[in-house]
Amino acid sequence: MAIVSVQKLNMHYGNICALHDINFEANEGEIFGIIGPDGAGKTTLFRILTTLILPESGHAQVAGFDVIKDYKTIRTLIGYMPGKFSLYQDLTVEENLEFFATVFHTTLEKNYSLIEDIYKQIEPFKKRRAGKLSGGMKQKLALSCALIHKPKVLFLDEPTTGVDPVSRKEFWEMLRKLKNQGLSILVSTPYMDEASLCDRIALIKDGKFLEINTPQGITDNYSETLWSVKSEKMHVLLKDLRNCLMVKTSFSFGDSYHVTMNKGITPMDLKKYLITKGHKEITIKTIPTTVEDCFMLLAKKEKI
Amino acid sequence: MTRQNVIKTEELTKQFGNFVAVDHITLNVYEGEIFGFLGANGAGKTTAMRMLCGLSHPTSGKGTVAGFDIFRESEMVKKHIGYMSQKFSLYEDLKVWENFRLFGGIYGMKDKEIKQKTELLLKKLGFEKEQNSLVKSLPLGWKQKLAFSLSIFHEPKIVFLDEPTGGVDPVTRRQFWELIYEAADRGITVFVTTHYMDEAEYCDRLSIMVDGQIRALDSPSNLKEKFHVQSMDDVFHLLAREATRTDN
Repeated sequence: MAIVSVQKLNMHYGNICALHDINFEANEGEIFGIIGPDGAGKTTLFRILTTLILPESGHAQVAGFDVIKDYKTIRTLIGYMPGKFSLYQDLTVEENLEFFATVFHTTLEKNYSLIEDIYKQIEPFKKRRAGKLSGGMKQKLALSCALIHKPKVLFLDEPTTGVDPVSRKEFWEMLRKLKNQGLSILVSTPYMDEASLCDRIALIKDGKFLEINTPQGITDNYSETLWSVKSEKMHVLLKDLRNCLMVKTSFSFGDSYHVTMNKGITPMDLKKYLITKGHKEITIKTIPTTVEDCFMLLAKKEKI
Repeated sequence: MTRQNVIKTEELTKQFGNFVAVDHITLNVYEGEIFGFLGANGAGKTTAMRMLCGLSHPTSGKGTVAGFDIFRESEMVKKHIGYMSQKFSLYEDLKVWENFRLFGGIYGMKDKEIKQKTELLLKKLGFEKEQNSLVKSLPLGWKQKLAFSLSIFHEPKIVFLDEPTGGVDPVTRRQFWELIYEAADRGITVFVTTHYMDEAEYCDRLSIMVDGQIRALDSPSNLKEKFHVQSMDDVFHLLAREATRTDN
């Protein structure tokens, strides 16, 4: 069953198109990731689905309710963690939680089991004002507050932006546990490496969805053979790859370059060319595609 | 060939009350080097960087940046460095060319020089048409590329980049690194923090901070060899997991 359903959603800010004909369905009990850079339209989409702004045209339903007609019902059924920290800075950790529980006519005790894992980590600081918490603690408090009324759907807008790789991993483990407790989760992120942690993802750029699929499905659809190329002089290598007529695309990727070649070209051909350019210790091997490779390819097609 | 030291610290320390935010760090960064400064949130990176930029007075230790003492000559340090962060880089309500004039003026450049260099730079970036646009109307990726160019507009010896590519799309992120390589080739030292571990691989050398201390400092390939792992991501996880002081 679709827990979030969107049909032909459009939104403009002046001349800027924030969302263009967006269609998708997120299923009950899945982690659905909206993945794309800043300014792609992620926040606009979240604000429409959480009933905070009205779409220009198109329709959307959350848990079966219409975002315009039934906004009051939707607000009781969802938990929302905006990208910007939006709790009451002058209230303590405990007071913030109690406040949100009261607003939703519930108590901290009633749904404690859902937030226990997360809240336990900040409970020693429950008398501290929210404004005085570190980044990681604020994030955990915001998540606890979004969960306190046991929502059906959780909307997380860029929860891991600016967070270091280790803390990001921990945060995704928390999401996995919440999913196992039956929660449906919509999450946005600019980090392409987080795509593989979602059940299904939508790649978004300039207000358009480039593709919707499972992370595996997206990488399986990559139509090119991807090569990893290295030599002892990496800076020069990039210039030589860019100037090589056999090479279709070349992007730096960690400690190597990810390269696609024109039709009929073999790795041996490329190697010979690089040797004539004076490269040594050349390695060229096929590698599995990542979601980031797919994003770059799809973004390029979109432009043409 | 002896390479010139652009950053040199010995046992540099910053204490807030009983809390040792930066704990006796010693490092050398050389001319034209791309130096990655990594660490988990709360490890002490920002505090260390503020001291190196002359914005925060160290508690103890020694340090020079661009040849000036960070204790006694912090104003001279500020004049000889460039700085850019994800959060603050350009004035949104000024036009592109006005930002260049403002920053050039602050660093004491002559009007004629500012004008010439602005034209040259905008041409190189392919932004000529946008010179009269307000910065806030530009896409994020453009802003970041402009901000970087502006941070080295006055030809500093070293530029500090604090998470310059956060949230930027994958293609622009790579173009941004090509600008970094170019600057380094011209002899400008680049000191950069990032949460993208693939970018850590692009650095000549890097350090990883844990609990205020530098726990590892070497080239990416040497670090991977030393820890017997395949990627910098693995190195980072191994070291950061040792942290006793958490961001919590």
